[in-house]
Parts: sequence; structure tokens; C-alpha cells
Amino acid sequence: MIKNVMIVGVGGQGTLLTSRIIGKSALTLGYDVKISEVHGMAQRGGSVVTFVRYGEKVFEPVVEEGQADVIIAFERLEALRYAHFLKKDGVIVVNDCRIDPMTVVTGAMEYPSDIIENLKKTYTVYSIDGQKIAKELGNSKVLNSVVLGYATKYLGIDKETVLKTVETTVPPKTVELNVKAFIKGYEN
Amino acid sequence: MKEKMIMLGNEAIARGAYEAGVVVSSAYPGTPSTEISEILCKYNEVYTEWAPNEKVAVEVAFGASVAGVRSLACMKHVGLNVASDPLYTFSYTGVNGGSVIVVADDPGLASSQNEQDTRMIARSAHIPVLEPSNSQEAKDFTVLAFELSEKYDTPVILRTTTKLAHSQSTVEISDRIEKQAVPYERNMRKYVMMPASAIGRHVYVEERENRLAIDAETLSVNKVEKGSSEIGFITSGIAYEYVKEVCPDASVLKLGLVNPLPKKLIEEFCSQVKEVYVFEELEPVIEEQIRSWGIKVKGKECFTKQGEYSANLLKKVLYGKTDEVYEKQVVPNRPPILCPGCPHRSVFSVLNKLKIHAAGDIGCYTLGAVAPLNVIDTTLCMGASISTLHGMEKACGKEFIKNWVAVIGDSTFLHTGVNSLINMVYNKGTGTVIILDNRTTGMTGHQEHSATGKTLKGEETYAIDLATLCKSVGVPNVIEIDAFDVDGLTKVIKESVLGDVLTVIIAKAPCALLKGQKFPNKCEINQDACKKCKMCLKIGCPAISMRDGVVSIDETMCNGCGLCKNYCKFGAIEVVAR
Repeated sequence: MIKNVMIVGVGGQGTLLTSRIIGKSALTLGYDVKISEVHGMAQRGGSVVTFVRYGEKVFEPVVEEGQADVIIAFERLEALRYAHFLKKDGVIVVNDCRIDPMTVVTGAMEYPSDIIENLKKTYTVYSIDGQKIAKELGNSKVLNSVVLGYATKYLGIDKETVLKTVETTVPPKTVELNVKAFIKGYEN
Repeated sequence: MKEKMIMLGNEAIARGAYEAGVVVSSAYPGTPSTEISEILCKYNEVYTEWAPNEKVAVEVAFGASVAGVRSLACMKHVGLNVASDPLYTFSYTGVNGGSVIVVADDPGLASSQNEQDTRMIARSAHIPVLEPSNSQEAKDFTVLAFELSEKYDTPVILRTTTKLAHSQSTVEISDRIEKQAVPYERNMRKYVMMPASAIGRHVYVEERENRLAIDAETLSVNKVEKGSSEIGFITSGIAYEYVKEVCPDASVLKLGLVNPLPKKLIEEFCSQVKEVYVFEELEPVIEEQIRSWGIKVKGKECFTKQGEYSANLLKKVLYGKTDEVYEKQVVPNRPPILCPGCPHRSVFSVLNKLKIHAAGDIGCYTLGAVAPLNVIDTTLCMGASISTLHGMEKACGKEFIKNWVAVIGDSTFLHTGVNSLINMVYNKGTGTVIILDNRTTGMTGHQEHSATGKTLKGEETYAIDLATLCKSVGVPNVIEIDAFDVDGLTKVIKESVLGDVLTVIIAKAPCALLKGQKFPNKCEINQDACKKCKMCLKIGCPAISMRDGVVSIDETMCNGCGLCKNYCKFGAIEVVAR
């Protein structure tokens, strides 16, 4: 069995680091792993999607429409944009946050209302207010550890393995805070 | 057991070059190739550098090779165009120490201006091309590329694509092979490419390619995976992974060496399988050669020349449908944008206000083309902005360009823009050139360049002064200005576009994402004073938005640059300490 995970968000939200931590954790457990990343222009505040696939033998490095077991969305609109990538029995983990794209700022389009409620009509959705927890911990930059902690329940990788990877991957000075953030997210 | 790691394709190439004993590497940053140099520079045994452009990089690799060591040059696909001049003749001279040129194609245009196929250039330059499918192969093929380079006396191209360069998979690493440098011997017939010697080398090039084509029949990286006799695929690179994903039982001829092709191996494969598809991204390079041998295969009539391939694309062609999926939602696009605090936004806001058009260039600032800034009218290639503006003036006269400027980044200016500026001086151009000097190569992820004062390895070095450079080539009017000085910029741009002399305005402010940047301030809106006129929204800052009739600035995104304050007529925006 191959596990297909997608991490979606807005350039600059830390989606790349999250996918690397999941990939490394899967490797620790002896799985074959592929991660597909986005670099360059798209990173500049654009819609960013990365993929992690793990299992006995993985060929394609990307997850395609209708194949994701788990979508981790760092922003509501991005959850909606990529929801159709989900498998019939997959789950979406959404960080309850809104970042307006320029098309909304300029008034060319409207930001859809009630995204999470509407997603719940079709999909299995779990949402978390990651910013609030990160702010309570005193640093909005640990948002991705909060969200990762929350999403770990659905990755088929045990908490200890992911936590260990967090410890060895994030900058040394921030280990303690990121571990706290991860646990807060996991327990939410 | 060897150590198993998970590596980016680019990281694996760097590791392969290190293990192969490479001594000299030169490159210009370009997505998706940049990380190769950034990782290779961490190995102390290897000399690595950023060159001002890809032509220089290949020439440095040539020099190192002639001197007898293994050398590397790395670039994106369009960089190979710039490097084509040395490339075609490097093919003639061949090597002394092995030399490999890594070229990263970008099907799907993740971060490029076109979708050209490097294999086309390699074919016409008669240079062998290896194409890996995953990170392990990226490392192994890099080592093999050096071996082939020395065995066949030729530079070798290692071709990657975005999906390979920027995906991670497992790699087993090995130790570095320290190679003795091959002694240098003067050899005019081989290294001085004037007609009398080049005639002979052209004969050699053809003989070499024929020899390699024969050896390709048994080369380990060209392999048949026997499966169904009904359906088979000839494929290479990342496309191979999609074939394995969709048709695990099909017969597959996986080509690791994609130029020259193993004709007999292909003929034999096609004779044993009923229906053969050639599955290759971009141009039908393999397909057309096979067809030219009179062999029937399916290819571009089924699969597009555009964009990236995928397993779903293959499924659709083979089975007429993909797995059942949920309905796709129509949602607002989220295109990339200039970051909060980006100095380019300040310059573009002024140009927008003055209704000035810009001939643009390649970099983050290309984003000045889109709403709400709408400033850039043309983007062609690295360095083209200045020559484009000059061409317009020569076509339609000074009157036509009195509401035009050229905009170009500092790194792009040093890449090839400076040539265009020299042309403008020499041929009496009178336009206005704005150098957006943000002290880095921004778009590709903040690489040093020859005006930053730091080398690729982070060592202190001489920093070219852009103003001095412009003056020294004869630009009569050179103005340096803070990119966030909106009033000052407005004044100098107005004056220079209407003036009669060539002017270079160097708008200086570091990229907001540069390491070490401090943002002590943030901007706030005084809601009592805000008249909801939306003027601040017109600068296109992602930190500013209007929801339910209230304009607000997201304090986590705002970098406190204060640009928005300049555009509020009611004094409702304040810059305050964090």
C-alpha cells in the first residue's frame, strides 16, 4: 500500500519543511519515499503544493487527482482548490486561516464563504486554528509544527517517529518550541 | 551497508559530481538547477563559483578540463542558449579531464519563459545526453557522465527536468574518487579551433558519435524490462516513473542515454512488442528518429508536446479515462506576487502612477506585469529589457519612448544586460534604464553575484559598483536612489524619460527576504481616518486587504516598508514600531 499525502498552502507558509519532515519520518520506518517540491517563482506568495508518497515501492513523485489519502491544507481556500485530489475515503486537515489572493484583493473575485462547512458536506474534514495555538506559544513561525502535529494522527506514522524527525530537522535553537507546538497540535 | 539518504534530484547530482572527483564547477543560478551549486559548494574538495552567465560557466569548465581535471557547469534550459557558443565548439575540442554540463529543462514552465527541449540542442551539437529518472540515478548518471566524457573525449550533457530536480527520493552514497589530473600537453589540432584544425575535429565528432551509438546498444543504462508482448514503452527520465505507475506489466525499454540512440536495441524491442508507445516529455526527439528508421511507433499523436506528463495523462490515453474523482471547485486563482516589503513594488507603483510602460526582464520583477501594477509590457530573455527599449527608440524615435523605461535586476544586468547598455551608449540611445538593485539574485532563492561582495562559498570578495560600471561604459547620467524614496523616484523618472540623454537609475534596497534583514516596524490603518478609497490596495501588497468594508493590514505579513503610507491621501496609514 502506498500512502499519498499532499501539503497545500500559500508560498512562505512552511509547507516545504512539513513535507520534508513527513518524508524523512517515513524513510526512518523503512519505506520507499518520494517527495515532490515547488521552487522558484511559484513560491512567491502563490498557491504551493507539495507531495509525499511512501510505501514498499514508489514510482511517480506526485499525487494526482482522486488519489490523496491525506491533504494537509495550511489555508482554507487552498483546501478548497485541491479537495478533488482526495480519495473517496481520504481526509482533509485544514488550518483555519484566510489569506486573500491578489485576485480577491483587487476585487476581481470573491473569497468563498463557509469553506470548511461546505467541504464537510462532501469530505471528511478536520480543522484547527493553528495561528491561535502558535501565538499562544509566543511565535507565529511554529504554525507548521502545530499543523503537522494535528495531522500526524492520519499519516499512518507513529507520533514518536515524526516528533524525532521534527527535533532533528528544525533549526537547533527552535527545537524546544517546535516540539511544544507539535505536541499541542497533536493533542488538539 | 552503504548509507541511505533521501535527496533532492539536484542534491544527488551534486553528490555524484563530488563522488566523481570533480575539481572545478561554475554555474549561473536558474530554476530548476540552482541547488546543485548551492550543495556542491559545501564540499571543501571542490572549487565552486557563480559565474555572471552560463556562457562563462561553460568556458570555465572547458578551461578546467583542458588543464586536466574533471569539471562541471550547471544551468537551466534557457541558460544553454547563452552557453551555446562555447558548447558547439567544446564538442569539437573534446576534453582532457572529463567535463559534464547539467542542463535542467522546465516542462510545465514552473519558473521559465519557454519549454524548449535540451535534447534538440545536444543533437545538433553532437553531444551525448544522459537522462536520469530518480535521485539515485541522478547521482549514478553524473558519475557515468564523467566516465563517458573521458572515454569518448567529449563533454557530456546530463539532462534533468523540474520534477526530477525538485523531487526527493532515496540514494545510497559512496566515497569520493580522487583522480590524478591528466597532464596538460599543447595540442593545437585539438584545442585551437581555427578552420584547419576544426575541419579535422568535425570528422572526429562524427566518428565519435557513431562509435558511441554502437556502444549504446550494450550500455548498462539502456535496458529492457521484459513484460507484456502486447504493449510496450520506450521512455526515459521522469516519464519512465509514470509508465511504471500505470503499466507495471508492460514491456519497457528504458533509455538512460538519450543521445545517440541504440538503433538495434530499439529495433529488436519494437519487433517483440505489438504496440510500442514512445513516452517522452516535450519534443518528439526519440520518436522522430525511430520513425526515420521505418519503425512504426505511437507518440505525439497521443501525447502532448506541452507541459509535464503524469500517470493520469497516460491513463487517459490508454484507457480513455482516469479513476473517478470528486468535482473540481472553481476558486479564485492565487498567482505568485511580489512579497510584502519588496522594493520592486515601490518602483512599479511609481511607474504605474506615471502611466509609464516598461520593457521588462527575467526575475521576480517580471511580476510587475500583472494586476494591479500592470507596468511591464515585454519580457523576452535575460538582459533583453535594455535592448528592447533601444530597438523601440530606433524604430519610432524618442517621442515613442518618452513614457517608456527598461527595468532589469542587478544580477540580470550583470548576466547580459550590460552588453545591451554598451550598445545603447555606442549607438546614441537616449532611453531610461532602471536597475532594480536588491543586492541578490532573488527569484532563484538569493544567490550571490559579482556585485554583492560575497562568493558562492560565502567568502568576501571584490564587489562591482554598478554606478561606476555604468559611468565607465559612458552612460552620461547615472542616478543612485533609495528604491523606497517614492517622491525622489517620481521626480527622477519624470525628468529622465522626457530628457535627451541616456539615463541609468539604480533603485537600491535589499530584497525583503534576504537573510539578516530586520523589520522593526509595521504599518497600521487608523480606521477613523480611512475613507475606504482603496488607493492602498492598488500597490498590490498581499498584507493589505479589504473585508466586509474594512481595510486592514495583516501584521504578521507586513514588513513595515511604509510604501502604502505614500499612497494614502487621508493620512490614515501609520508606520509604528513592532
